[in-house]
Amino acid sequence: MEAVLERVSVLEQAPERLEDSPAWFNESRQAGWTRFNELPMPSRRDEQWRFARLGQLNFEGVGFPQHEPPAGHRGAAGLEKRAARFGFINDTLNEEEQDLPDGVVCLPLDRALAEHPDLVQKHFMKAETELGSAKFAALHRAHVSSGMFIYIPDNVQVSAPIEVFHWLSGDHIITFPHTLVVTGTNAEVTVVDYFQSDTTALDAWAIAMNDLVAGPGSTLNYLVLQDLCDQARMIQVNNTRVSRDATAKAFILNSGAAWVRQESLSRLEGENAHSNMLSVSIARDGQEYDQRTFQHHVSPRSYSDLLYKNTLYDDSRTVFSGLILVDEGAHYTDAYQTCRNLLMSETAEATSMPGLEINADQVKCSHGSTSAMIADDEIFYLCTRGIRPYIARQLVAQGFSVEAIARLREPALEELVVSFAAREFDRISERLVA
Amino acid sequence: MNSETAILDTGTREAIDIDRSKGDFSYPESHKFDAGCGLSAATVDYICDVKEDPDWLREFRHKALKTFEAKPMPTHWATKDLECIDFDVIRYYLSDGVKPTRSWDEVPDDVKETFERLGIPEQERAFLAGVEAQYDSETAYSNVKEELEKDGVIFVNSTEGLHEHEEIFRPWFGKVIPTGDNKFSALNSAVFSGGSFIYVPKGVKVRHPLQAYFRINSENFGQFERTLIICDEGSEMTYMEGCTAPKFETTTLHSAVVELVAMKDAKLQYITVQNWSSNVFNLVTKRGIAHENAEVRWIDCNIGSRLTMKYPGVVMKGRKARGEVISIALANSGQHQDTGAKMIHAADETTSNVVSKSISVGEGRSTYRGMVHIPKHLKGCRNNTECDALLINSSSRTDTYPAITVRGNQHSTQHEASVSQVSEEMLFYMQQRGLSEGEAMSLAVNGFVNDLVREFPMEYSVELKRLIELEMEGSVG
Repeated sequence: MEAVLERVSVLEQAPERLEDSPAWFNESRQAGWTRFNELPMPSRRDEQWRFARLGQLNFEGVGFPQHEPPAGHRGAAGLEKRAARFGFINDTLNEEEQDLPDGVVCLPLDRALAEHPDLVQKHFMKAETELGSAKFAALHRAHVSSGMFIYIPDNVQVSAPIEVFHWLSGDHIITFPHTLVVTGTNAEVTVVDYFQSDTTALDAWAIAMNDLVAGPGSTLNYLVLQDLCDQARMIQVNNTRVSRDATAKAFILNSGAAWVRQESLSRLEGENAHSNMLSVSIARDGQEYDQRTFQHHVSPRSYSDLLYKNTLYDDSRTVFSGLILVDEGAHYTDAYQTCRNLLMSETAEATSMPGLEINADQVKCSHGSTSAMIADDEIFYLCTRGIRPYIARQLVAQGFSVEAIARLREPALEELVVSFAAREFDRISERLVA
Repeated sequence: MNSETAILDTGTREAIDIDRSKGDFSYPESHKFDAGCGLSAATVDYICDVKEDPDWLREFRHKALKTFEAKPMPTHWATKDLECIDFDVIRYYLSDGVKPTRSWDEVPDDVKETFERLGIPEQERAFLAGVEAQYDSETAYSNVKEELEKDGVIFVNSTEGLHEHEEIFRPWFGKVIPTGDNKFSALNSAVFSGGSFIYVPKGVKVRHPLQAYFRINSENFGQFERTLIICDEGSEMTYMEGCTAPKFETTTLHSAVVELVAMKDAKLQYITVQNWSSNVFNLVTKRGIAHENAEVRWIDCNIGSRLTMKYPGVVMKGRKARGEVISIALANSGQHQDTGAKMIHAADETTSNVVSKSISVGEGRSTYRGMVHIPKHLKGCRNNTECDALLINSSSRTDTYPAITVRGNQHSTQHEASVSQVSEEMLFYMQQRGLSEGEAMSLAVNGFVNDLVREFPMEYSVELKRLIELEMEGSVG
């Protein structure tokens, strides 16, 4: 018999004990595995998976990476000015560079577990996954071994962004990227997560989690730039907790992958807490972006604002389901939610489910959702200025995305995101020309 | 402001009050035909026998019963309160054995008195185009003006419709809302009795609204009326349905199915004022089909019931068809108004409009659920959805869950929702003009729904305003 290693499916492999990790972490992994096996697969009847393509949840033949990943991958060039940079290939650290103020903990998860076990334990996966992917969050808990732990102590400001690159390599592999960012009182930090892959990463999976904990008066900015190859799939679960006077801003750019499910939950736990949730998705071919959001106002006098913009080409599909929940007693809440879909083809499909649940009074809440194609008048106007129709359409589409990007209010980050988006638009344009 | 304080002064209350006790009465039951409690194949057979249903209908009812039994409760998205319905204690059919009557004199005295107290006096017949008033399952009183008959308009109860006009009735019956659409449409298909059947011939424009008052009058008795309205090419008509129900101690189930068909160029408007008492489960399936250039409008006002689940829909099947839902919901303590709209675009250049306003008072909860569907192969479809919610007290609750699916070509949809409350400045302004706090609140709430109330015929809009004032009583906070 040939010595071909049969890969064990990720759904059948119980987590191994990690000798270097603290006991609680190993217990957490075991608990995750038990929970994963208890929970049922999402079904048609689950309201949280309404309109979702459940067929995408196919892990057949998907297992852990077997080979040492090739060195040297990092993908995007990233930012010129940065405070730290970490790179992972299939969850294995391959790049590290940092110049951070004293007291900041910015370490790969395994090292953070060894050096600051109590600090990690205090914040590690504390929030429930409420938006449908609890089963996959449990799988993540069972298998997570690396990722980033970033802790900014009270009154420390990290002026330049921290960049983390996640690279997927090989086919039928699964990774569990993890990002945990905690800011102390009046601290400030910006973290950028990149998700990219080999161009041939067939059936590669990432089940990613990012937990953001914004302490009182702090500022926490978090960006996801997702540009995986067209055969990769991803589930990303975000939990954000915002304390009083703190501001959390989360931005997601989607341009790659075959199918992405993103669940973003923002919990406003103190007065004058602010949460901004932004997303730009550029979908083409048969790509599908399925985004679920939840703005949970626990405390009175808090503020949240969500803006998701989708541009859909070809046969692509987007699902947006958003909910604003204002708890009893959370008076004087300001909560806004907007999803806009720009349809660039006759066969693209956009579904929006903007929801509100209000249990308090003295609130200001609104949600809006629109879907439309570019009006002929707009194209005609640009044509009269000597711009060719397909360029005119691209210009309008880019302008459409910029509204959300501009809310980052940080030139270097805006430029970074615009460059990612522009590259995707160029790819689409080239194809249109050809 | 404090939710416990500031009640209307006596003078104001008397001024805006209507005598609610008029709705709180019931007569001793003396039913010749009573199917007993609970639901089984025997119950269905019993109903078929009493109503002398043709064989195809008997088969239809039995099939529906199987569907009902097979379908689960929709509690994975709807409220758990549905589980409180005990299907075994409900009476599925009873009739006082009175044949539908044409003249007022033939109506039994106690039924007459019921209607008298409901406010349908004899004199009103003069200007009401036709009254189809339902007492329990069977139509007890029915009067279609002679001129309507002359035009060929058919306005009868559904049993008579299927017996006497099968050639028009049967092709559309169960076609707009198939039996298996949901659990409660299946239940209705199995045990329906009563309801109206209306046919308006080609080109006939019915000038006066046709009306029917429905009434539940037996404890634990569910009313399962079935209405089918067909407007033939180029015709126009408006139908009004109003409900009051006496109060009972145990819960009552009301599960109607209403199907509307508007043929080419027809205009059909269906107006409902629902004011069931607060122990009624009101689970209604309503849908219309609009053919080419036709228009179907649902105007819906929900004030009563314990739980209402009602999502009027329009399937726009022909080019340039239009669908509209205008809805007002008022949820007081102990009530859940779960309403919305379904707009299915199935042809090019179809347009739909949904305007929903809800008010939550005390511990009341109002929910909007919407669905807009524009499939791939169409072009030039438009939808506009607006839903506004007003919260009166700190324990009031409101939810909005729309779902909008758009594919393709030159369509546009927009959805907007807002939630707000009456501002303190507004109340203060009105108070310094001499209004009490309660009056000011009432005025503000009526202002919030005013542009929708105007869509109702005059007598309804007056009644509606008074009902809203009444519900607002003592709720200021």
